[in-house]
Order: sequence, then structure tokens, then C-alpha cells
Amino acid sequence: MNPALVPLVTGTEVAFWICAPLMVLGALGLVFFRKAVYSALSMAFVMLNLAVLYATMDALFLVFVQIIVYTGAIMMLFLFVLMLVGVGTPDSMVETLKGQRALGILTTVAVAALLIFGIGGSLRGNPVGLAEANAAGNVEGIADLLFGRYVFIFELTAALLITAALAAMILAHRSRVAPRVTQADKARARIRAYAETGAHPGAAPNPGVYAGHNSIAVPALLPDGSAAEASLSQTLVLRGTTVDPEALTRGTQDRFRAIESVRSSEEDDE
Amino acid sequence: MNPENMLMLAAILFAIGGMGVMLRRNALVAFMCVELMLNAANLALVAAALMHGRLDGQVASFFVMVVAAAEVVVGLAIIVTIYRTRRTTSVDDANLLNL
Repeated sequence: MNPALVPLVTGTEVAFWICAPLMVLGALGLVFFRKAVYSALSMAFVMLNLAVLYATMDALFLVFVQIIVYTGAIMMLFLFVLMLVGVGTPDSMVETLKGQRALGILTTVAVAALLIFGIGGSLRGNPVGLAEANAAGNVEGIADLLFGRYVFIFELTAALLITAALAAMILAHRSRVAPRVTQADKARARIRAYAETGAHPGAAPNPGVYAGHNSIAVPALLPDGSAAEASLSQTLVLRGTTVDPEALTRGTQDRFRAIESVRSSEEDDE
Repeated sequence: MNPENMLMLAAILFAIGGMGVMLRRNALVAFMCVELMLNAANLALVAAALMHGRLDGQVASFFVMVVAAAEVVVGLAIIVTIYRTRRTTSVDDANLLNL
């Protein structure tokens, strides 16, 4: 192309200067957010921006692979495991090795400087561009290489993926240490407990229902007016979120009394 | 478009990913930082493909993605196994080797 016809700022340049700072910010967020979920979100953000950069570099196949495989599948897997191990715990910021953080940042700057100054000036000549290579279409060009020159490597990746899937299944498999407790075993144990200690074998009583309250956090009342402990979930008791039935009982009685007084006044009118 | 800018960006992202691996204690976040380093390498490969006008770089990037997917599956399975036995994902606490 005639150098005079090359525009000063191309769409590619604009996309790069928008995406690159965002990517660096996202990468810094990945490292410095203390909660792992925020880190995962920054990572997904970086990957989406990377897909945009691939698009500007005529790598249309990789744009979609990047979004589907990386942002879709791999980040989803990360989020699944995050949910599995608990998202609430922030990373501990205690340094186990003295001066590790300062040295780490120093090493990072050194590595970045080494790479940048190593690359700087190492590229000579103008980029060839992919117009010729992509003449038959990007996907067709990649398929040509994948099933032509690199077909053996492509077949090896199949072995790799199968091995990985098998490894994940073996690692995630949990062998049973105790025999499985069946429904019949539980029933037998309940009846034995009844015979030995007199423990009630049936279902626990329902929680209380009051005029102004019927949540599971309120205990039912025994015939003598005291709260029935067995009607409450043990989890709620441990959490301390149960409601004292005293005030609720009084409210119910007040309402009954009000209804009774209306009825008695109506009877008086007649 | 100058591929040199892309290579600079790839170098910066690679260094930031390395920093995360060195500084973060949460195994999952450290693992994500490794993914970031792989992504930076992919960016460099695609930029090289543009530089030389051949698609080999893009194919290499594709293979890196395949390896990354396999690596994530095994790595996350290991993290889940460690979490199941030690109730932690901190790399500081996995210090006994005989899980």
C-alpha cells in the first residue's frame, strides 16, 4: 500500500489503546482483590478484552475459542470450585516469609523490564499481515494447518484431554469409609433407642402457630404453657435466632379476649 | 498496526500474572494468575502470527488453550481434594505432602 494512503490512526490502534489499559487494570485487579470472586470477575474481564484484541489481529477463530473455552468453560469451572470451597473467606495478608511482598513486586518489575527491553527493537520490518494467509478464510486456514502439518499434535491433544478427564475423575472420587446407612437401619436404631431410653420414635412436633406469628423460629407450647424444645430446629437454636413465645402468647390471648368481648357485647344488644 | 505494542502488553500481563503467583496465598487465585500468564503467551503468539503473515502462531495459541483446559481440570481437582482433607485452599497450609 502507498504509505501516503495509510491512515494515521486505524480502528485497530483505537481498539488496542482502549483494551490494553483495561486489561492491565483487570490483571492488577486479579492480583490485588482480596476476595477470590472479584479476582475471578477481573480475570473474565481480561479474557473478554483479549478476545477483542484477537479480533483486531485477524484471528477470528481464536476470538470464539477464547470466549467459549476460556471465558465460558474455564472461568465457569473456577467459579464452581470457588462456590464449592466457600467464597466468604478473604485471603490472609500475613506474610509467612519476611519481605516476600516487596521482593515479589521487585521481581515483577524486573521481569517486565527484561521482557520489554528484550522485545523492544527486536522486531524488524513491517508486519506482513494475515490478508494473504486468511484469503480462504481464517477457519479454513487454521483447519488446513491443524489437519495437515499439525495433525499428529492434534491427535496427541486427544490423549491429553482423555487423561485429564480420567485424572479428574480419580482425584474427585471419594471412597466410602463406613457402610451406607439405609432407611431400615435408621428405623431399627430409632426403635432400639425407644426400647432402651424411651426416646420418642416418631416425628418431632411442628413449630408453634400464633395469632401474629407462624415462623419456624417460634416453639410450640406444651399443655402446661411452657415451650416445647423439640418443636424447634436444632440449627436455629444454635444460631440463637429463636423467638421467645412469651410475648406471642400474650398477644394471642389479647386478641382472643378482644374477639370474646365483641361477641359478648353483641349478645348483650340482643 | 504495530505488533510490538501487543508484545509489550503480553510482557506486562505475563509479569502481572507472575506477581500474582508469587504474592497470592489462595491456591485458586494463584491458579488464575497462571491462566493469565498463559493468556499473555497466547497474545504474543497471535501477534507473531500477524507479524509473519502465517497462521502457525494462531494454531500454537489454540494448542495452548487445549493444554490450559486440561490443566485447569486436573489442577482444580487437586485443589478440591486438598480442600476436602485439610479444609483450606491456602498454599501455606498444604505443607505435609502426605494428604
